[in-house]
Amino acid sequence: MELYLDLHSQPCRSVFLLAKAIGIPFEFKLVELFAGQQYSEEFGKINVMRKVPVMKDGSFVLTESVAILKYMLQKHSSSLADHWYPADLQQRARVNEYLSWQHMNLRAHGSKVFLLKALFPVIMGSEVPKEKMDAAVQDLNQSLQMLEDKFLQNKPFIVGDKISVADLVAIVEIIQPVATGLDVFEGRQKLTAWRERVKKALGEKLFAEAHEVIMKVGSLPQQMQNNSNLEMLKPKFQKLFS
Amino acid sequence: MAVELYLDLLSQPCRSVLIFAKKNNIPHEVRNISLMDGEQYGDHFGKISLIRKVPALRDGDFTLTESPAILLYLAQKFQTPEHWYPADLQQRARIDEYLSWQHCAIRLHGSKVFWLKLMIPEVLHVEVPKEKMEAAVEELSGSLKLLEEKFLQDRPFIAGGHISLADLVAIVEVMQPVAAGLDVFEGRPKLNAWRDRVQAAIGKELFDEVHQNILGSQERVKVMDGSKLEFSKAKILNFFM
Repeated sequence: MELYLDLHSQPCRSVFLLAKAIGIPFEFKLVELFAGQQYSEEFGKINVMRKVPVMKDGSFVLTESVAILKYMLQKHSSSLADHWYPADLQQRARVNEYLSWQHMNLRAHGSKVFLLKALFPVIMGSEVPKEKMDAAVQDLNQSLQMLEDKFLQNKPFIVGDKISVADLVAIVEIIQPVATGLDVFEGRQKLTAWRERVKKALGEKLFAEAHEVIMKVGSLPQQMQNNSNLEMLKPKFQKLFS
Repeated sequence: MAVELYLDLLSQPCRSVLIFAKKNNIPHEVRNISLMDGEQYGDHFGKISLIRKVPALRDGDFTLTESPAILLYLAQKFQTPEHWYPADLQQRARIDEYLSWQHCAIRLHGSKVFWLKLMIPEVLHVEVPKEKMEAAVEELSGSLKLLEEKFLQDRPFIAGGHISLADLVAIVEVMQPVAAGLDVFEGRPKLNAWRDRVQAAIGKELFDEVHQNILGSQERVKVMDGSKLEFSKAKILNFFM
């Protein structure tokens, strides 16, 4: 199995973490997003939408991390612990509910804060307008509140007592804005406790490995300034801020 | 025992859930939640869902939101015909891929066109700049192109030879901008043909019945009390403009 990944990307991290956590062998194919490798002719043949992650299992090519995660879980279900994607109707529904909700909520809001903080100045050539930044942080706060109040409540993990793929997808999205210096865990004990449980269930070492590049994102603006492709990339990235 | 479905048929994901329940003869009771009247913010609905969005399902003590989750729950619980969500790993993955992609693509772009073309100018009485409208239509065109070229290709339906949850979720979203007066099928023969197949597979009568409300939107806004949406105005403008 080949996984086309850039660990700067949240959905790449969830796919990477699951494959490693459940012991699925794969070949890591790096697609450097900030060098514009997703726009190469070669990658266009892998995925016309020019996004990562992409999975290639033999001749079967699949995009969308949620689909890739479910494919891996169902393909290996006989050798996997049930808690990752429970067979129980209601527990599975809780996982599916989170995986659906997160696209336009935690994922969208965490990404926006990340993009504004990490990329806006180098791409747009100016500082982020305060109202834009404040609005983005407010949306993120609302999503985090919903994660705590509706999805976690008083449970150790989203579904219940054990970690599932929902917690995995949640944690990688939260780390994105955190990597730019916004400590969303401060003042949120419930969230912090849940984070620790998730890290422990995955393994601290593996969690750190998956998050190594994103935690160095502070050096990204400089990296991009030095990149000869920057002028080509600017219009493509500008669309993110329209 | 019948499941309770909290719905407003003006909402695309409510339509996919109702079509699925009716088509598969799943015992259900519809509880209407009028979005235009803000009923999703009432105390009663708050007990069903903190998220305050439709559709929502209640099955005894169990409540559930998010249409893809509700559809999968109903399919599994009521053992609906296999083609809706096949056991074959790769076919199933194609459906999951579509259900994931569509959130930030067709669903978002179709909704945006609906609001910018119809609801914001006609009900909220806020002018929509021409460039914004054009940009929204262009984004929708991009998503429709991907639906045709990546998700359908030369297959009759998204997952292959039979209708699945993916086509159901797709069609209700494609109908939203149509309801605002944008004929997305014009000049798109492949999309047109797929729409006809999906309607035939669902049953035209059921399809039309569920879409009756939304397709009356252009007429309804002429007589609609604009003040109804005042409470959501800032949120709506912030999101779509």
